[in-house]
Amino acid sequence: MSGAFTKTMARNIFIGGSAFFIFLFLALSLDTVSALPDRDHRENITDQVVLGKKVWEDNNCIGCHSLMGEGAYFAPELANVYNRFGNSKEAIKAFISSRPRDGVPGRRSMPQFNLSEEELDGVVEFLKWTSEVNDANWPPNIQG
Amino acid sequence: MKYQSQVVAKPYFIAAIGLFIGQIVFGLVMGLQYVMGDFLFPEIPFNVARMVHTNLLIVWLLFGFMGSSYYLVPEESETELYSPKLAIGLFWVFLVAGALTIVGYLAVPYATLAEITGNDLLPTMGREFLEQPTITKIGIVIVALGFLFNIAMTVLKGRKTAVSLVLLTGLTGLALLFLFSFYNPSNLILDKMFWWWVVHLWVEGVWELILGSILAFVLIKTTGVDREVIEKWLYVIIAMTLITGIIGTGHHYYWIGTPEYWQVLGSVFSALEPIPFFMMTVFAFNMVNKRRREHPNKAAVLWALGTAVMAFLGAGVWGFLHTLAPVNYYTHGSQITAAHGHMAFYGAYVMIVLTMISYSMPLMRGRAAANSNKSQVLEMWSFWLMTVSMVFITLFLTGAGILQVYLQRYNSDPQPFMVVQEKIELFYWMREYAGLVFLTGLVLYVASFFIGGEERAEQTV
Repeated sequence: MSGAFTKTMARNIFIGGSAFFIFLFLALSLDTVSALPDRDHRENITDQVVLGKKVWEDNNCIGCHSLMGEGAYFAPELANVYNRFGNSKEAIKAFISSRPRDGVPGRRSMPQFNLSEEELDGVVEFLKWTSEVNDANWPPNIQG
Repeated sequence: MKYQSQVVAKPYFIAAIGLFIGQIVFGLVMGLQYVMGDFLFPEIPFNVARMVHTNLLIVWLLFGFMGSSYYLVPEESETELYSPKLAIGLFWVFLVAGALTIVGYLAVPYATLAEITGNDLLPTMGREFLEQPTITKIGIVIVALGFLFNIAMTVLKGRKTAVSLVLLTGLTGLALLFLFSFYNPSNLILDKMFWWWVVHLWVEGVWELILGSILAFVLIKTTGVDREVIEKWLYVIIAMTLITGIIGTGHHYYWIGTPEYWQVLGSVFSALEPIPFFMMTVFAFNMVNKRRREHPNKAAVLWALGTAVMAFLGAGVWGFLHTLAPVNYYTHGSQITAAHGHMAFYGAYVMIVLTMISYSMPLMRGRAAANSNKSQVLEMWSFWLMTVSMVFITLFLTGAGILQVYLQRYNSDPQPFMVVQEKIELFYWMREYAGLVFLTGLVLYVASFFIGGEERAEQTV
């Protein structure tokens, strides 16, 4: 860096540049928040969906699965699991509640969470709602 | 060590290294679970091991940042720390809170932990990296505020340098942005959008300020290059960090329900995110080449240069690899992401903390300038073992990721997740072996602290 470029100039670029982009980011975030209702269909967030998200969190599902590509990569993507299971709520419920307590020898297995019927319904409704969010067509195919 | 109170950094660094060991052990457990699915099941399921692995990383890096600040700020401010007692008190609060949280993860099912810690009152748990019970999060906020107060008061009463001001800015941002971890709306999309305000704006934003200022401090100390030159570089680097990184958040807004314009904004700005890391590499090598003294702590200089190179590779190059929206459409949430995460965290944040420990620990242990040559040689062995094995971990995960993306998402006959996982098993085994080498490096690293003696004070060239 040449002598003409001083530390004060560098500092001013830092302050000015950061301030500008923080402001721009806030403006874009505001725009995004106002655009979301049309994309996330929040009118469909029922009490069951709310309960489902709570059950999802309380059992740390994100510790193995990804949801919309975020989370862990140990178990399948679940944003489209509703579609992958043939739009069958019952199939998803049956899968979750039939996990063997002691796992499967030599293989990865989902733990048995002992969810109640109400919690199972909630999780399924939550996953169905998630599958209907407009997420720019991700994942690329049904396998997630 | 110029000021007595700098020594409060010592317990922070010791705790950091202890938790680092725990992190790596659980990393190896998870790595094994990838290929032996029933390993430790159902006692320690994968999600628990992962939570311990990632949370230990975050906590020990925070210990490292706090220790670094307690060491750096008095020296930069040319005054004793405002309150060493507060620093020691908060150390114990943070350590006990952290340990209890980890014990909680391991001792009871997560749902039980959520219940007994009152997650129903203010639900914040069960989100990636923010799994801590709400009460732990409140503890983190209290510790962070007390720490910030202590550091800010020290800066205010002493000399104000660019290094300490940038550090303080980064730490303030860290504390403020963490508050978004308490925002957990029932709308998943809003939840995700603001979750990134913690995660992205930490690691691709304010943490880079902390990284930059610690690196600048160590380079000033070890090279003797004029402070004006180093601080000018620091400002330019962090300016580029925030100019690219803030809108760069958009690369997380491609596929989570947020509008499509983020695909353009996120691609353009995050493609520029490697620039500040590249500048950091040029900066570090330039300063070392222009050094005006031969600092006897060769290991610290090696760590500093290593940080600059590995941060550029891990955060810069491996980030760019999958950041463009058309590429990310296929790679999002695959082993490619895991590959990037590993090398970026190691290269940028693990290594900068180890740089600071390497520089300051000998001084806090009463040595004139550096550990004995024998100790440094062992430390440098650990540097190479950990760094090279991390490169291989990253390469193997990248190999796994490319195959995963092709088999599961890209070819005309996409296959189910678990089928693909079995096909790429070989890469997971290789990753696990590389992980064992990493552990060996870490053991040598710890051992290097137990070799006594010291090198004489620095010489001018």
